[in-house]
Order: sequence, then C-alpha cells, then structure tokens
Amino acid sequence: MDFKLKIWRQKNAKVQGHFETYEIHGIEEDASFLEMLDILNEQLIREGIDPVAVERGCQSSGPVSFDHDCREGICGACSLYIDGRAHGPDDEVTTCQLFMRKFKDGATITVEPWRSSGFPIIKDLVVDRQAYDKILQAGGYISVRTGGVPDANSIPIAKEKADSSMDAAACIGCGACAATCKNGSAMLFVAARVSSLALLPQGKIEAARRAKAMVAKMDELGFGACTNTRACEMECPKHITVDHIARLNREFLAAKFKD
Amino acid sequence: MAKELNSKIPEGPLAEKWTNHKAHVRVVNPNNKRKLEIIVVGTGLGGASAAASLGELGYNVKIFCISDSPRRAHSIAAQGGINAAKNYQNDNDSVYRLFYETIKGGDYRSREANVYRLAEVSNNIIDQCVAQGVPFAREYGGLLANRSFGGATVSRTFYARGQTGQQLLLGAYAALNRQVAAGTVKSYPRHEMLDVVLINGEAKGIIARNLVTGEIERFGAHAVVIATGGYGNAYFLSTNAMNSNGSAAWQCYKKGACFANPCFAQIHPTCIPVHGDQQCKLTLMSESLRNDGRIWVPKKLEDVKKLRKREILPSDIAEEDRDYYLERRYPAFGNLVPRDVASRAAKERCDAGFGVNETGLAVFLDFKSAIERIGEDKVRERYGNLFQMYEKITGTNPYKQPMMIYPAIHYTMGGIWVDYNLMTTIPGLYAIGEANFSDHGGNRLGASALMQGLADGYFVLPATIGDYLAGHFKDPKTDTNAPEFAEAEKAIKDKIAKLFSIKGKKTVDSLHKELGHIMWEYVGMARSAEGLKTGIAKINELKKEFWSNVYVPGENGEFNQELEKALRLADFLEIGELMAIDALNRNESCGGHFRVESQTEDGETKRDDENYMYVAAWEYQGEGKEPLLHKEPLKYENIKIATRNYKD
Repeated sequence: MDFKLKIWRQKNAKVQGHFETYEIHGIEEDASFLEMLDILNEQLIREGIDPVAVERGCQSSGPVSFDHDCREGICGACSLYIDGRAHGPDDEVTTCQLFMRKFKDGATITVEPWRSSGFPIIKDLVVDRQAYDKILQAGGYISVRTGGVPDANSIPIAKEKADSSMDAAACIGCGACAATCKNGSAMLFVAARVSSLALLPQGKIEAARRAKAMVAKMDELGFGACTNTRACEMECPKHITVDHIARLNREFLAAKFKD
Repeated sequence: MAKELNSKIPEGPLAEKWTNHKAHVRVVNPNNKRKLEIIVVGTGLGGASAAASLGELGYNVKIFCISDSPRRAHSIAAQGGINAAKNYQNDNDSVYRLFYETIKGGDYRSREANVYRLAEVSNNIIDQCVAQGVPFAREYGGLLANRSFGGATVSRTFYARGQTGQQLLLGAYAALNRQVAAGTVKSYPRHEMLDVVLINGEAKGIIARNLVTGEIERFGAHAVVIATGGYGNAYFLSTNAMNSNGSAAWQCYKKGACFANPCFAQIHPTCIPVHGDQQCKLTLMSESLRNDGRIWVPKKLEDVKKLRKREILPSDIAEEDRDYYLERRYPAFGNLVPRDVASRAAKERCDAGFGVNETGLAVFLDFKSAIERIGEDKVRERYGNLFQMYEKITGTNPYKQPMMIYPAIHYTMGGIWVDYNLMTTIPGLYAIGEANFSDHGGNRLGASALMQGLADGYFVLPATIGDYLAGHFKDPKTDTNAPEFAEAEKAIKDKIAKLFSIKGKKTVDSLHKELGHIMWEYVGMARSAEGLKTGIAKINELKKEFWSNVYVPGENGEFNQELEKALRLADFLEIGELMAIDALNRNESCGGHFRVESQTEDGETKRDDENYMYVAAWEYQGEGKEPLLHKEPLKYENIKIATRNYKD
C-alpha cells in the first residue's frame, strides 16, 4: 500500500510548527500505523545518510518524534490525531493498535499531536502529559500504607460493583479525552479514577474529598469545563463511558454540601 | 579484583528465616531516615512499590523513569495475573506448595530461601492491593476469584480481567503519587540513567540524561535501587515494550556488580506470530488463555498445505485429524505445562513441518471446546479484551477460528546478582524485580513476575535496605561535585559525542534487527556449543560495525529518540555477548535454556546437577577481556531434587 503523509513537525516547544508531506510506498496491510511511522523514519534517516539526497536538498527535519512503548494498547504512551480523530479512524483502539488495512490504498493521512492547552508540545508529535500525573497526585489514591491492611477477603464486594470499578479503572491515561474535548476538559479522565475508587468500599471513605481535590487540580492546570458533548466517550480507546462523569458529579456535589 | 559471593542467607529453618532475619536486621530511626536519600530507577511494579514504601517510611526518595509518566512502565502490559498462596479455593494450596512449584518450575536453579520468602509474602501482596482499590475479579458472593496458570497444580492466580499488570501498577503508582504529594518522593519522568556513580566502592548516585533537553544531570544519594526490568529486547523482536532496555543494569555490571545467569531468557509460547519483516514488536496473548484454549496442529501434512494455501479453514479440520500435542505428550498438565515446555513443543511441531501459517511458524490455540462447554458469553467475560486485541491485530475473529500463536522472547530470569537483602556486589546498590536474578531460576512460572516485583518493592527491600543505611546515617549528603561524578559525566558525554561523530551508513534499528537475528538464531530456543561460538563471533563483528558505521541523526541537546536507541543498542550488543558466553558455559539444559547436546531421548531437557547446580555470576574485567565467572552453589535442604515431570 502507498500513502501520502501530512505530518506536524515542530523542533521544540519554543518554535512554530508546520506540516511536512512525505510519500511512503510498499506498506503491508498487516502493518500497524506506528510500524508505518517506523518505516517512514528509516526512510527519513536514510535521506540524511544518502549524499545524493542531501545534495538534492532532500534532507528533511530528520525522523519524526512520537511517543510509543508497549504497542499493545495498554501503556497509554501513544497518542496522535489521525485524520482529525484521536487514535485514528478505528474504534476502541489506541494508535498502536491501528492497522493500515483500515486505510484506503493511496490515501493522504494527516497526523497531528494532541492539541490541548493542558498538553504542551515537546517535539513533533510528542506532548507533555505530566498534568495527568499531577491530577492524580492531588487525590487519585486510597490513603493506605504498605502493610497492616486487613485480609483481602475480609470485605466482600458485589461482583457488579467490582466489575464497574474495573470498567473505569481500564483508563490508560493517554489523554485522548482532553485532546478531543472542544473545551479541553479532562473530566472523563478524572471521572474514571474517582468512579473506580468510589465504587469500592475501600475507596468510598475518601470519595468526596478525592473528587473535590482532583477537580480543583484539573481546573488549576488549565483544563476546561465539561459541557456534556460526550465526544470524549466516543474517542476513548478503552470505552470509558460518561456514566462515570455522573458519578464524579455526585461525589463532587456531596463534597460541596459538606463544605 | 575477585569477589567472594556471599548470599547472606540467614541461618535457621526455612519457614523462619525471613521472620528471624527481619527481627535482627538493623533499622534506621525515624529522625535519621529523613536525612537519608535513596534513588530508585524504574517505575514498574518493583520501582513504584519500593519508592512508595520507602517514602512512607520517611526516606527522601528520587524516582526516575524514561517514559512521560511512571504509569507507563512495562509492568502495565502484564495480562494474566498474580500468584498467591491464599488457598481461598480450598484446593490445598500453601506457602510450601507455592514455594515448591516455583522451585520446580525454575528447574532447580533458584535459591530456596529467596523463593520461600517470595511465597510467604505473596499473601500480603493481595491484601495490600485490595486495600489500594485494585478491582480484582470477584465471585457473585463478593469474594475474590482465582484462575489456573501453567506449572501449578492449584488455582492460585488472582486477576483483573486480562489487565492484571495494569491494575497492580496503577495501585503502586497511586501509592507513589500519594508520596509525591506528601513530598517524600520526587519524580523525574523522561530521565534515563546512563551510569551509576561509586565513591569509595559504594553506590552514591547516578548520571541521567534529561530526555527532553538532552542535559546530562548528576544525582546523589545514600543508596541506589535498580528496578529497570529485563533485557529481552536484545532479541529485537520480543513482547517487551519498545523502550524496555538493559542499559541501567548493564552500567552496574560495568561498574563491578556481578551479572547472574544471563542466558536464562524466557520464551513465551503464546504470542501472535511474526507477520513480515516490517514488524518491530510481538504481542503476547496471555497464558491465562491456556486455561480454556487447546493447542493443536493438524495431524496430516496435506491439511497443513491446504491451510497455508488458504484452501481450507482451521475449523474445517475434523477433530480426529487434530494433534493436541501438549495433551498427548504431557497428560498430567496438558495445555498448562510451564512456558519453556510449551514453547519447545511448539517449535518441535513446526520444525517437523506442521506449522500452520504462511511462514510455517505458528500453531493453533483453539476455544471451540470451551465455547461448547461454557458458552461464548462466558468465554467473552473471561478473555474478552484479549480476543478483541487479537482480532484488531490479525483481522481474524477468534470466536470463530482458532488463534494462531508462536513462541517469542518475553522475560529474562537472569539479571544483576543480589544477596538475600537484594543488594548487589556493590555496597549500597540494590536490584529488584526482573532486573535481579534471584527467584525464578531457569524458568519463571506465569503470574510470578508481578508477585516478585511487588514482593521486592513493598515488603523485602523496605525491610532490608535499613540494614545498610543504618551504617550510613551519619554520612553527609552526597556531593555531586565529587571527582567521581565529574568523571562519570565526562565518560558519558564522550560516548555520546563518539556516536554522533561516526556518521556511518546504517540506522540504529537496522543494526538492532541484525543483532536480533543473531540472537534468535544462535542464542534462541535451541543452543549448541558450535552455534554459540558462531553467535559470539557474529555479535563481535556487529559490535565493530556499530561503532564504525552507525548513523545517529540530530544532536544531543534536544529530544532525540535515535540517540536513546543508539545508547541502548550499544549495551544490548554487549549483553547479547554475555548471554551467549553464559549459555556456552552452561553445558546442560534447564528451564528455558536448551542445549541440544543435553537432552533426553524424547527431546526433554536434561539437567546436569552434578556440574551446574550453581548460579553463574559474571564479573566484568574490562573492555575486550573475558568476564570472570563466580559460582554460587545452590543447596536444596527442604525439597527433593527431581527431574521435572509434567507427564504423569
């Protein structure tokens, strides 16, 4: 398969970025999207090596930087806006699990980094997502120490509750929700954590305080407000639903009443 | 300078060693803990749980990871589960049984005392994780559920769908976040450790590269903990994450820490087969699938041919024409034999010409019987996300047609040599989790990596590190202006400058692929003396090629992923060589290490307990020199050594 790739290039956070267009040929339809970018990078690096190409002025901005790691859709490192959609045209997958058979041969594909004020660009397609760590540091945990905890079976938990908690806990922290939201809100991310813990008896104790602290941190870091467009839910690669935002709001209100 | 290996295994009966040891090790008083600094490198299950627990104790912790967030460490990708000796199933499990099966699974090449301790703390881990809000699978009555894993006779694996590693890591990461908020832990994401700094022979800090700016930075401490995982990516194609690497551990080796059993690498039987030469990463299908999936290839070669030509579908092949070879060869354990056994059996069938995809390197993992027995819904509930992942990658629906799988490099049992306290041969330098060698011998059982990472981080290291630090609480803050830091920093800067100056013709990835081919061919699933010698020669040629013909684009003072890869590959070339040297030395087959010279008549591994019942710990002797072998004899006082038997 052959493609034309329109890719966002930006040397670092301080300079303006721009699109560059590349052509790539002979991609197997079983190749993943990131493997296709690997092949492009090999091509771009070789252009830097090849003296003829350099003479022709072919030397590009070098290989394209992009975040990736597990390539199994679980670490949350990969991101990318592909043809205007977070993680590309397939549903419920991350970019690393997107395969070229989902594209038409000869297509032009546009690739951009996450665009969100919460995620400043580091280079090319790589963004800084430390804001998500900071939100979780504000309260996304249960305050227990190592050791001195009760036996694991001492508190039975209804299977449905544990399953719902697991649904929310499946969040991989990739940032697609905030990158997709027209308000740049990280509500789905915050809600996933708040909801996952609030559903369990262990996490219920701090639920209201947690919701309040995490929402406050999200606001402080410049993420927008939620206006229920549900775009985040549509693009979440782990199918986290907005039901969790409802639960977050419940806990948040409970905290407000206590104030 | 030859080292005496002292494993420091406590005296006394096996079941009392850990309790007694804890009671007698020194501790640092709380006032002094806050004067002490500890560096933890790596944020997987071991690193995150250690940093969180040490922070809680009052130490000043600095934690480093190469990704943009601690949560991305590769522990996150562990699918199937975590073992513990809870005996919630009433199937007669116990600490002893978990201990015994782990030693047996490791083919009698791990330490009794370490493994017993691991089994002992396994139960605390489950308690801890539940308290942190890990949503383990539960039964309708609200109690925890279990499933079975390879090499175990009981059902002792706790799990959170097919994302157990993710959930456990999120638990440890949450505990870490709590300490970051409390100010006891400072987090340095996108930082890569490039060297460990020793002062007067003790570990006192690290040099790290800020991966965003390229700055080379110095960090001092009173002790350094390496939790950077394994070195499986030496093979290029593996189930490890793309950025997983052996470099931090390798720098420790080059500074004098012994490296133990490097040849023990685990090849996982159930990975999605390689699809072409553009691939860079293999995807694991969890071992838990072997609970309900049955592995087979056709009995008739003509069926194989038709399959490869896509003239028939796997489901067209009649029951009597299928060879469920694991059930046939190992009736007692069937599809749940340990990973090394299952991998070799798959290779045997494929070598005999029965491999089922175009490349001839695949076998079937079939859920037909399970779907008939318990229904598609139940199968979906148990493995839904794995089935979805399989379908996304291959474009085949595994509810209708069997999965195709093939073995791939997955985990490394070898690693930095540590004593019972998890301290390396360098005082003040510790290694935990997959980065050390201690608990899995020649083969790791499924669902034991998560157990070991968390055991080391939550319960073992926080107890043992005090013993060392109690002797150092009067030491002042480490001065990073010391000449040792300057020297280490200069060496790194020189190395980086050298890499940029080569301006050769080959890309880092193309050289890494070449190394992968050599490793898989000569240091892979079947190793021979002759092959290993060839492998070593080829690795050395490639090393020369790398240092004279690699091309690293860009510059140091920027975000530069090619430079990161080049630095890691430089180390993988050396690690690969040591793996081959160790494999050549170990002229026996055991666990994942299969020497063709040492096999039984029916092709099973043949150990040589008389000559090789030891840990091979290698000491670096300098550039271009043969490493020095130290042998730590393994003593089995509590279990009877036997040939591993999964047949009867």
